[in-house]
Amino acid sequence: MQTTSNVAELAALCKSMRREVIEMITDAKSGHPGGSLSSVEIVVTLFMDVMRHDPANPKWKDRDHFILSKGHCCPILYAVMAECGYCPKDQLSTLRKLGSIYQGHPDVRFLPALEATTGSLGQGLSLAIGMGLAARLDKSPSRTFVVLGDGEIQEGQIWEGAMFGGFHKVDNVVAIVDSNRIQLDGFVKDIMDESPLAEKWSSFNWHVIEVDGHDIGALQKAFAEAAAMKGQPTVIIAHTVKGKGVSFMENNPKYHGTAPTVEEEARALAELA
Amino acid sequence: MPAKTKFELKPGLATREAFGKALAELGKVNPNVVVLDADLSKSTYTAEFGKAFPDRFFECGIAEANMVGIGAGLASAGKIPFASSFSVFLLNKGFEQLRVTAALPNVNLKIVGTHSGISIGEDGPSQMSVEDLSLACSLPGFTVMSPADEVATMALVKRAADVFGPMFIRTGRLKVPVIYAADQAFEIGKAIQLIDGADVTLIATGLMVAECIRAAETLEAEGISARVIDMHTIKPLDRDAITRAAKETGALVVAEEHLMDGGLGVRVAQVVGETHPAVMEFVGINNTYAESATPDQLLDKYGLRAVNVVTAARRALGRKR
Repeated sequence: MQTTSNVAELAALCKSMRREVIEMITDAKSGHPGGSLSSVEIVVTLFMDVMRHDPANPKWKDRDHFILSKGHCCPILYAVMAECGYCPKDQLSTLRKLGSIYQGHPDVRFLPALEATTGSLGQGLSLAIGMGLAARLDKSPSRTFVVLGDGEIQEGQIWEGAMFGGFHKVDNVVAIVDSNRIQLDGFVKDIMDESPLAEKWSSFNWHVIEVDGHDIGALQKAFAEAAAMKGQPTVIIAHTVKGKGVSFMENNPKYHGTAPTVEEEARALAELA
Repeated sequence: MPAKTKFELKPGLATREAFGKALAELGKVNPNVVVLDADLSKSTYTAEFGKAFPDRFFECGIAEANMVGIGAGLASAGKIPFASSFSVFLLNKGFEQLRVTAALPNVNLKIVGTHSGISIGEDGPSQMSVEDLSLACSLPGFTVMSPADEVATMALVKRAADVFGPMFIRTGRLKVPVIYAADQAFEIGKAIQLIDGADVTLIATGLMVAECIRAAETLEAEGISARVIDMHTIKPLDRDAITRAAKETGALVVAEEHLMDGGLGVRVAQVVGETHPAVMEFVGINNTYAESATPDQLLDKYGLRAVNVVTAARRALGRKR
């Protein structure tokens, strides 16, 4: 696996991952393009630069863990894991089809290199904290990164986990909120306004960093700051654009859970050329 | 096998107390065992483990869903977590988490519910777990156990730590008689025949095992030979023991401190239907929630006594003839 800290190289990879996401979901004829596209820079920066992991030894004891709590955005995770060499690239087009390792939501039974089965929203933070506690007991340098959706954090379990993580100072866990401001039924601010979000996490004793979630350099700095943070878990509130990179999907709630048509795919790929 | 006559039932610990003792012993021999509780550690008896091994004990506060998720995360990372609370909260509030983060990925999470059934008493129905066996059995891959006394509980909790896979162990608040000798061997999924008999088989789990022993003694006095089987593992069921009982006695009574819907009874009936159809009767809670009262008053009122088993056995024998 070729890792890099070079922002231009990571940005080029992000563009190619966006193409994969569009192609996978178009082939599947269903799926969630918007939240996959908003989290591309987050997932790419983690897997290609920040996390300590080894596709040749996926169960390496001291590896860092990645959990996609907003499991419906798995196309971007599958694309990046395939890029790393965890799973075959040439099967990405089998997403959501019978027998595919690329299930509609992440499922460790089909893709054991995944760290968690997700899809029912709200559960990934608790899992991440459990992994963090295990690493603490084992005196392992392993850290756990968990990506949450801004719609997802309406789930009560998230705040049970936030309370636990802050109180028990689980500082080897980093939560990233992909704050793309849109959920299935519309805009987050209209459905269940979460503001002030930073203050909420901060009041649960989390170290809060706010970044532009499409600015790779800013994400790198945020992850470095989180790594240095002791005695508090970190949450990175990544301000993103739902559908980022495809003009007609950007900020459009329709593309939370609607697959592009073949014509739309062609337009999207032309924009991502 | 014990002699058919006169089973000596001596007073014993509540199964929840035995669970706490087993955990504390496990903590000494297995450094991978960790324990989670949701603000009930004095009642679930996990506090003893917490005192002895504070680094491996996680107090989660009153947040069962998060506790189950953290337990699943610990299990995914190689630990052997035992997460405990009252059964009613663990199964009902943690169910979706048990489904998605424990059963679906098949992680090595053990959950132990205490205060099961109606014998919790005065606290009333919001605290009474009468559907936990049904819920736990509906989770693919889960092993589900319901020990009858302190000896069984100690043995099965320890066994659970050695066998990979998600498991639910159901324990109770009430002190229950000791049924087993201290050296009795237990195997997950293998029922124990306590009394042999030819006319009818009484299959029970949890505190109904002692009631069935008493029922068998009453029946014996009437000249009815009753076999008694402790079905300490509800899933996977010991199909051989059930089939043999159906073939050899032709009549079965299943007794459980649980709703008759979805518990041990219907699971046994499924096996009987599939293998060797026989007359069946059921002793359990009939489509209702209970109320506040002493445990004894409740077991009487809701029909979970030896006398109810005896009546059911007579009914079964009547239909058999």
